[in-house]
Amino acid sequence: MSEMNYLTADYTLKSWFLTTDHKRIAILYFASLIFFFFIGGAAATAIRIELATPQADLVSSDIYNRLFTMHGIIMVWFFLIPSIPNTLGNFIVPLMIGARDLAFPRLNLLSWYIFMLGGCTTLFAIFAGGIDTGWTFYTPFSTLYSNSYVIVAAAGVFIAGFSSILTGLNFIVTIHRLRAPGLTWYRLPLFLWSLYATSVILVLATPVLAITLLLIATERFFGVGIFDPRIGGDPLLFQHLFWFYSHPAVYIMILPGMGVVNELISCYSRKQVFGYKFVAWASLAIAAVGFLVWGHHMFVSGQSLVASLVFSFMSFIVAVPSAIKVFNWTATLHKGSIHFDAPMLYALAFIGLFTIGGLTGLFLACLAFDVHATDTYFVVAHFHYIMVGGMVTAYFGGLHYWWPKITGRLYSEYWARTAAVLIFFGFNLTFFPQFILGAEGMPRRYHVYPPEFQLWNVLSSGGAVILAVAYLMPLFYLGYSAFFGRRAPANPWNAPGLEWQTSSPPPGFNFTTQPVVTRAPYQYNRDFQAEPQNA
Amino acid sequence: MTQWRPPLSLIGAWLVLLALLALTVTLAYVPLGAGNAIVAMSIGTIKAGIVAAIFMELRHRSGLTLVFAGAGLFWLGILLWLGLMDFLTRT
Repeated sequence: MSEMNYLTADYTLKSWFLTTDHKRIAILYFASLIFFFFIGGAAATAIRIELATPQADLVSSDIYNRLFTMHGIIMVWFFLIPSIPNTLGNFIVPLMIGARDLAFPRLNLLSWYIFMLGGCTTLFAIFAGGIDTGWTFYTPFSTLYSNSYVIVAAAGVFIAGFSSILTGLNFIVTIHRLRAPGLTWYRLPLFLWSLYATSVILVLATPVLAITLLLIATERFFGVGIFDPRIGGDPLLFQHLFWFYSHPAVYIMILPGMGVVNELISCYSRKQVFGYKFVAWASLAIAAVGFLVWGHHMFVSGQSLVASLVFSFMSFIVAVPSAIKVFNWTATLHKGSIHFDAPMLYALAFIGLFTIGGLTGLFLACLAFDVHATDTYFVVAHFHYIMVGGMVTAYFGGLHYWWPKITGRLYSEYWARTAAVLIFFGFNLTFFPQFILGAEGMPRRYHVYPPEFQLWNVLSSGGAVILAVAYLMPLFYLGYSAFFGRRAPANPWNAPGLEWQTSSPPPGFNFTTQPVVTRAPYQYNRDFQAEPQNA
Repeated sequence: MTQWRPPLSLIGAWLVLLALLALTVTLAYVPLGAGNAIVAMSIGTIKAGIVAAIFMELRHRSGLTLVFAGAGLFWLGILLWLGLMDFLTRT
């Protein structure tokens, strides 16, 4: 470890909480997200314990409503959306493009404070009594009938949205303006293309969520008829506005994960990503077409048949760029020099789980099937395969891949592989039975169910236990390695990206001399052997 | 030491916005039938244009900045287009 790096530059609390160094801000986000992940995970654990038996054993129906709402709100807005962009993205983007920092370092710090303000506001709503609307805040329940902390929670999400917008703006300007000499667009690592597409969504979609939440507050406080039909409003207008943001938000969650997987597949196959330009433009295509499909969440809402047909068609279209990526990753593996290191295990798990999640998404894009599956566990399983099986798996993969760069230490490969395998099996055991439950008609958001559904629910709860243990494992072995792990060299994976050309951990302004790029990304040496790990 | 003062263009734009706001409120109470909505939307469009051109300083920008500003408008168009598609085709 070099003597002076971003971790050792200063040890005071002030130096952390007033830092404008993108790497330290990434660490601030990382610590915050671990906290929120375990809050959301605790709610999920309680849900799965309750569902282990058909009767209500642990909580009442009212508390159950608050539990799944808490799980959804925390996981979506305070973990999944900021996870890769704000931790790995914050840390890696300037390093990958050969810059000293993001374009707006103080704005970057401000985004963390805004995020924490939003998070604390939402936590207050949860611990003061909770919210029972589900994470979607559907009207008229949220505006007229819910006797819970809807406005406070919505205010928390509203505030956190500004943090997303600032991060998106920062990434867009940084990628446009601060690229190293010679780093043309087609020499950018695909992680950056993904984050760029994500940032465009963040900037264009998040304001609509903010406006929608403000409209809820306006109707609830002032009785202005916006969503309530009795005073001239339209309840479906809420769903249109909400899903105009929230469906692209799915791509905010998954696109950065896809970006990470590009880096991992390429590194551990020792090959260029197959069809680089197709994969790059597929990210932007997903971002653009992802805005045209929101109505597939509303097939049974009373939306017109014409609208449903158009949204159904567009939902099939958006699968094309996603499929391009999956096929290209698979083609990258072909004749590669495959290394089954822990990050690669996560990447391979991502491809499998995302494919299952994506294909079942096509089921749900079919009008007739969706009518049968709406609000069943089939939908729950589908989006968990995308968001948890896809996004969280990619996040863990990226975290392991860049861990030596972030901390300057190597982790235990044995424990990392064990955790990756356990996560894969635990995840499938948790969520695959839910496809079957959904197909058999078990509705979501109920804490009691007929006894014939118990077998699949017990399997799912058993899987959740394995998953919970597997998610806790990195906390220990990565935490241990951060302090006691073997020191990492600058480039432990022998990778060609710019982030590996500086020391681990990097110095305050990343590079001692301005890097110059002269070749395309992913120029791997196939004879690579990773640095031996400490077991 | 010179004290900073807001440029006259900003003050002027603000006054025009206030005047248009007053006009919107006044015309809302004049019975024009379907014309009320048209007038209100037209004034709203002019106000948005003033904000974009003067407060956002888009009149001094070119290239990429205008592309991104245009993208915001384009995406608003998508929201209105696909959203209205439902409202206008309900049976």
